[in-house]
Amino acid sequence: MTDMTVATATPRRPRPARRRTSAADRERRSLDHGAWFLVLPALIPILGLSVGPLLYGISLAFTDAQSGRTEPTEWIGTLNFQDLLHDTLFWESFRIGLVWAVGVTVPQFLLALGLALLLNERLRLRWLARALAIVPWAMPEVVVGVMWRLVYNPDAGILNETLRDLGLGGGRDWLSGLATALPAVIVVGVWAGMPQTTVTLLAGLQNTPRELHEAAAMDGAGAWRRFRTVTWPAIRPVAFAITALNLIWNFNSFALVYVLTSGGPGGRTRLPMLFAYEEAFRYGQFGYAAAMGCAMVALISVVLAFHLVGRLRRGGEG
Amino acid sequence: MRTGKLARAGRYTALVAYLVFLAFPFLWLVSTAFKPARELGSLHPTWIPENPTLGNFRQAFDEQPLLQAALNSLVAALGAAVVAVVIATPMAYVMARHRGTLSRLATGWVVVSQAFPFVLVIIPLFLVLKNLRLINSVPGLIMVYVVWALPFALWMLVGYVRAVPVELEEAAAVDGAGRLRTLVSVTAPLLAPGIVATALFAFITAWNEFFFALVLLKTPEKQTLPVVLTHFIGAEGVADLGPLAAAAFLATLPSLVVFALIQRRITGGMLAGAVKS
Repeated sequence: MTDMTVATATPRRPRPARRRTSAADRERRSLDHGAWFLVLPALIPILGLSVGPLLYGISLAFTDAQSGRTEPTEWIGTLNFQDLLHDTLFWESFRIGLVWAVGVTVPQFLLALGLALLLNERLRLRWLARALAIVPWAMPEVVVGVMWRLVYNPDAGILNETLRDLGLGGGRDWLSGLATALPAVIVVGVWAGMPQTTVTLLAGLQNTPRELHEAAAMDGAGAWRRFRTVTWPAIRPVAFAITALNLIWNFNSFALVYVLTSGGPGGRTRLPMLFAYEEAFRYGQFGYAAAMGCAMVALISVVLAFHLVGRLRRGGEG
Repeated sequence: MRTGKLARAGRYTALVAYLVFLAFPFLWLVSTAFKPARELGSLHPTWIPENPTLGNFRQAFDEQPLLQAALNSLVAALGAAVVAVVIATPMAYVMARHRGTLSRLATGWVVVSQAFPFVLVIIPLFLVLKNLRLINSVPGLIMVYVVWALPFALWMLVGYVRAVPVELEEAAAVDGAGRLRTLVSVTAPLLAPGIVATALFAFITAWNEFFFALVLLKTPEKQTLPVVLTHFIGAEGVADLGPLAAAAFLATLPSLVVFALIQRRITGGMLAGAVKS
């Protein structure tokens, strides 16, 4: 097995380079001794605790590693992946993961764009909205999950109470209903991820030249036209970046759904991360869980590749 | 001008709708935290508790070791934030100033590390930490948090370093200051606000983190707040709502306060990293 030296993981503070560097040796392009001293304290943990473990993790996918086993683990080639191909439960979880990732990312982006456009205008209450828009971002995901459990609670929850007040029926048990569980957790996902997207888009909006906007308005362009011809081109790079990141983050998300439903009812909300977590730390199947992780990475890579190609092509046309 | 007025009204309606959507879950959490058990059991819950009580908070502290958990969270988050910033700042400096292979590789790592599902990282880390006897220990968790916080710490700091004009450093070099001297007395003071913002952001993310803590910490006296919070929810998903809400409310306060302090800097820093690289 990969023998990792993690003993080096406790980094030392950067030491001053003994030699006095004159302006002449400060060659900007090459790394000299001084620069290495600056880089090493971060580089060692990155290699030892991130790059190393990642490679180790990928290699585990080709072994029969299990937790608490006494006999040594063995290489078993692609057996884990062959099993994975026939694991209908995993593919169901994979499908749910995709529905969740897209179902969260798209409304998240649209709602965040709307809010960012509003916050970019000179409206009263804007300060309040800006402050509130940040709140979900600052909260621990576990608390977000707990909070929405309280909202969705069939008896003491505000959602059912509001529905009853509006005469829309007696309400239901949102998180345990087979049909409602996934939509219910998706709403929470949208809520939780909106702030970061909003703030990023807002920052992008504030970089768009105001004069251009005013000139377009002067020429009689309507709101939609101004958005399409002035605003959107300016924020497009930021919008693409944050959407790609959101997709990845959402696909890999864990804590929210763990707290809300633990993957239930009947696996209807079992995201791939929940599945792999149970496989690894409840059943101790490290090798198999690592193979699941690899499958997830493969999917993400494909999505990213499409994203990049699409972006490059569009960039080429414009 | 009628359409102008209509559009304005529309905008305010939309803004209020957003405010309601964003605020109501949190308000409901606060409301639940202060409700006595009888009101929580009633079929017609109200927004404002009829007989507000602190009983839920007392009960929460009785049921779970919340103080110990808060202390563990504090140690883990502080440790991670300080170590991450101390090792990330020099590296970010090099990444911002030297555009060599190493900087490109490091930027690549920052991006790629976002794409890997935690499960692929945590299994090997779990095995390694087990060999080092660092499972179920807060220092072990800090090591994991540091590496996990590094990508965005580097990202933010590179942006802040780029915002410091190179000319200032060159002027110092011309005056005979060595590299370290320049770094310490010219660059570092200008970076200080950015470094503080990055550290606080790392603090919040570590304070809020759940997955690694769930896997690595086994016994209640070592666990951090988010993990302990989940103990309020029973095996069947039945929860004692009052204490749960009270504990969740308390666990959120530190992040909210810290976030309020750095809100502006974070957005600035993220964009700086995003726009310039």
